[in-house]
Order: sequence, then C-alpha cells, then structure tokens
Amino acid sequence: MKNKLISAPYLVWMVVFILVPLLMVAYFAFTDKDGNFTLNYVADVAQYSQIFVRSIWLAAIATVICLVISYPLAYILTGMSKNTQSTMLMLVMLPMWMNFLLRTYAWMTMLGNNGIINSIFGFFGLGPYKMLNTEGAVVLGMVYNYLPYMILPLYSVMVKIDKSVIEAASDLGCNTWNTLFRVVLPLSLPGVMSGITMVFVPAISTFIISRMLGGGGNLLIGDLIEMQFLGNAYNVNLGAAISLVLMVIILLIMTIMNQFGSDDETVLM
Amino acid sequence: MNSIITLKDIVVEFDGERILDKINLDIKDKEFVTLLGPSGCGKTTTLRIIGGFINPDSGTVYFDGKEINGLPPHKRNVNTVFQRYALFPHLNVYENIAFGLRVKKVPEKEINKRVAEMLKLVNLVGFEKRTVQRLSGGQQQRVAIARALVNHPKVLLLDEPLGALDLKLRKEMQIELKRIQQQLEITFIYVTHDQEEALTMSDTVVVMNGGVIQQIGSPVDIYNEPENAFVADFIGESNILNGLMLKDKLVEISGRTFECVDGGFGDNTPVDVVIRPEDITIVAPDESQLCGVVESVIFKGVHYEMLIDAYDYRWIVHSTKAAEKGASVGLKFGPDDIHIMHKLKETEQFGEETPDEE
Repeated sequence: MKNKLISAPYLVWMVVFILVPLLMVAYFAFTDKDGNFTLNYVADVAQYSQIFVRSIWLAAIATVICLVISYPLAYILTGMSKNTQSTMLMLVMLPMWMNFLLRTYAWMTMLGNNGIINSIFGFFGLGPYKMLNTEGAVVLGMVYNYLPYMILPLYSVMVKIDKSVIEAASDLGCNTWNTLFRVVLPLSLPGVMSGITMVFVPAISTFIISRMLGGGGNLLIGDLIEMQFLGNAYNVNLGAAISLVLMVIILLIMTIMNQFGSDDETVLM
Repeated sequence: MNSIITLKDIVVEFDGERILDKINLDIKDKEFVTLLGPSGCGKTTTLRIIGGFINPDSGTVYFDGKEINGLPPHKRNVNTVFQRYALFPHLNVYENIAFGLRVKKVPEKEINKRVAEMLKLVNLVGFEKRTVQRLSGGQQQRVAIARALVNHPKVLLLDEPLGALDLKLRKEMQIELKRIQQQLEITFIYVTHDQEEALTMSDTVVVMNGGVIQQIGSPVDIYNEPENAFVADFIGESNILNGLMLKDKLVEISGRTFECVDGGFGDNTPVDVVIRPEDITIVAPDESQLCGVVESVIFKGVHYEMLIDAYDYRWIVHSTKAAEKGASVGLKFGPDDIHIMHKLKETEQFGEETPDEE
C-alpha cells in the first residue's frame, strides 16, 4: 500500500509525459490536417529512405569508432590506481560540461577551408583539403560529442569485474589476449550494449552536428524532422510519421542487438 | 622423495614493509603441505609467489629443480583454487571446468572425458548445465577445485578454500580434499589460519608469523613439540609461563622446581614453558606443589574448561570432570608434559599482529 502511494507521482508522470505524448505522435502520424485517418504520411516516409540509410550508416560508423576507441581505454583505466582513475574519468567528462553547440562550432572553425588544420597544411604547402561539410566531418562530430557516453558504461562494468577472475584465467593458461577475449569481453558485454545504445540513439537522430559540420548535402533524419516542425516545409503530420518510423527502426535495431547480449541482462534503452 | 617446489631466501616488500623475510621452504612431491598462520603472516603471499601472481623482490623459486622466477602464471604447471572461488560468472559448470582445456585447444572429445571425470571426482554429476550463480557455496567450491584439477597440475594451490563455508560443510570438505589429494597423488599447498584444519589434513604444517617461518613439521610434531611459544600458542590452547632452566631436566616455574625431560639450554637460562591444558590433572591441594583457586568453569561439550588462578599465573585446564567454582585445587602434570622452549626475540614476540595483507 505504502509502495503504491510512493510510486503514484511517478506513474502520473509517466502517463502524462511519456505515454500521452507517444500516443499523440502516433495520432498525428496517422491523420491528416483535418484529423481524418490516413496512411499517406507514413507511406510518404519511404521517399526519404536514402536519408534514413545515411543516418543509420553514419551513426553506426560513429558508434563503432567510439567502441574501438573506448574499449581499450576503459580496460586500461581499470588497471590504474584509484586516484589516476578518477582524474582520467574527470577528463573524459569535462567536455560534456561545455555547451554542445560551442563544442561543435569549434570543430567548424578547425575543419574549414581557412580553418586551423588547413592553415597548418598550408604552411607545409599542402591542401587546402575539403573537410568541413563532408560525411567524415559529421562522423567526427558524433564521435567527439558522444565518446563519453561509450566510455562511462564500459568503465563502470569493467571496474566491477572481480580481479581474481582475471587471475583465475591467467592461472588456467590464458595469456593477456586470451584473458581479454575469453573473460573480460564476455563479462563486459552489458557495458558494450548500453554504450552502443547511448551513442547510437542520439547519433542517429542528431540534427545540429549534421547541420553544422555536414553542410546542406548531408541531411540526416534529425534535420528532416526539424524541417517539418520549424522549417519552411512545415508539415506536422509528416514529421510525426518520420519520428514514428525512426522509433520503430531504433527499436528493431536494439532488439536485434540485445540478442547478442547475455540473456538475463537487459540493455538500457 | 624429490622436492617439487623450493623457495630460497624469498623476500617480498610492499611499500617498504617486509611481508616475507627470507623464506626457505622445501615442498616434497605428492605431499599435503599447509601454510598456517594468523592473517598478515605472509602465507597467502607465499602461495601467490608459487602461483606466479607476485614476483619476489629477492630470492629464487624452483619448480622441479628449474628456476621459475618471472614465469607468468599461465606458463606454470600449478593451478590455484582461489579464496572466493573466482568462478567465471558467464559460463556454466561444464564450461567453467573445461576452461583451461579449451585455452590449451584440447580436442573436444578429450575435454568431454576429462570434465566428466572431474565432475565425478567432486560429486557434481548432473550439474553440467547449471549456471554457477545457482550453486551453493559448497558446490561452487567443488567447481573451483574441479576447474583447477582438470588441467592435471603437478601442484594445486589452495588459498583458504573453505573459509566461506559453514562448520559442518567445512569438515566434510576437509575429508573430501584429503581423499582427492590421495587419489590423484599430487602436491597440495594449502593456506589456512585454522589450526584444526591444518592438523586434520596435512602431511606437513608450515607455521608462519610476521613473514617468518616459525616451524616446519608433521601435525603431531607441531602440536607436541612446538619450537617456540608462538607455535605453542597458535596451535591449540596453551599455558605459556616464564620459567628458569636451573640445569638440564630441572626447571623452575612459579617459584617451584619441576622435573622435566628437556636439556641443553644452559644453566640458569630464562625460557618459555608450555603446558597443554589437557595435560593437567586436577588433584586435591595437598597432592600437588602448585595450588590455586578455580575462577570459572565453562562446559565445552567434550570437556570442561577451567581457569585456575595459582600463584602468579592463570592456568587453563581441560578436564572431563568439573571442579567447583571457588574451590581450592592442586595442579598436577608429569615431566613429559612440560615443554621447554627458547624465549622469542623481542621483535618476534607474538600477540602484536602485523596488519592484514589480504
């Protein structure tokens, strides 16, 4: 009884701010401007399939790069002294406290044709290379902005792995690589899964990074949705339909991902 | 018998503190050796040196006559049963036991056979598919033992393996471990702080304190002929008194003179005198030269434990017959029951324990 009372505000919150908005998005996606049922907008989403593919592709590349960078770092971190660990974690999180827009804007000035990097190249008689307004720049922006979201879950899972289990692996004949693949990797899988989720989901729906670093030629789903609500393409129903399809795609991808995770650990979505 | 492991002048220091101080130890093949001592005595460190998890700051480790200093654990023909089992939580019982064989790329058929053998040895047939989290402490312990033994090590290292089990299970596992050791005919090196466990299972007991080996001997030797007051105190309960060796076979305790069987200490030498509580008989006051008043009587199951205040020492006496509290009694013991030992040096005084290393 007491438990029910305490959970009541949260329940109300979840209904008002999660369930109802979701239903409203679904409602707009399946109706036209006059409120009549229609499948037209959902069907219209198909014509943007190229943008969907690009979004998934770029977000996937960014996620893989984040994983490749973060995994060894997190593993190395757990072996350091407690003080070094907290200093390093602090450094990982520090950029997160700086405004997202500012961070991304900084990359614009660095990657531009007259930017810092090309100036350095120019000094050696090279370039200028086109770096800004490319897919590569978008991926770079995603990796830079979302890297901490990969490192932190990986670290928090790895730091909990019992050191004696690692010793046991070594005792039973594992060299460093064997230990990593046979013990550390399987035991850190839940962290890998939630890291992937934490990076992939915001990356696939970002619009600021693609807008600022990708120029006009690298539209992502996020930009498309934004245009339907705030842009001149104003079409709330189409925007809702695209959002709904995106959500379904993310759900599908995460469900497939979870099949690779351990059975009893569900991944944070 | 050949020695399988030899430690020579092993020194280990952590943060300037000496954990092991010139350990010399010879372990014979097929022997059940127990490293016994209070926490912080260096017994686990010694085990970890043999396992390859720690490298000594100086000294040499020999395995089968060959120096193995610096050899990583996975290249040593020893396996360890860890204190808290350290089973792989992502693998089931079968895969936990098969782990070492898979790493060595043993053919599947052979793995099957050897794991089945091990399951039988540790009485876990039928548990193959269980996840290790669903096992009881005793069962996890058995998996840990099987996982180590399946690799056919020449030496099995056990780090307080029964510490987390309840008393009854512990007694069962003690007998089982001894059976396994005799059946497989391999060397067991066992670390414990439980003196009873050490006496029950071992062929040889190594008593350690403060990073120094105090005594090496069979359980009977260690119990009956402790080399110093620390060993006497740590192994079983003891009355340890200051004595004066008047001459060979004559010792003065509490101002009285007693005949004993030891000699060679020199005349008028201060010594430690150890008398086991169960070696003392309670008699009428006029039958003994040492009298005292019974302070307390506690029933311990098999015997009564009495504290008797006599002259300048409070004696512990074990007897199946209880004396009455407050009664005046005499204490009697024969010359055989008096164990004389050299006084410990000041620095090696027992009682002040070094901080816990584990």
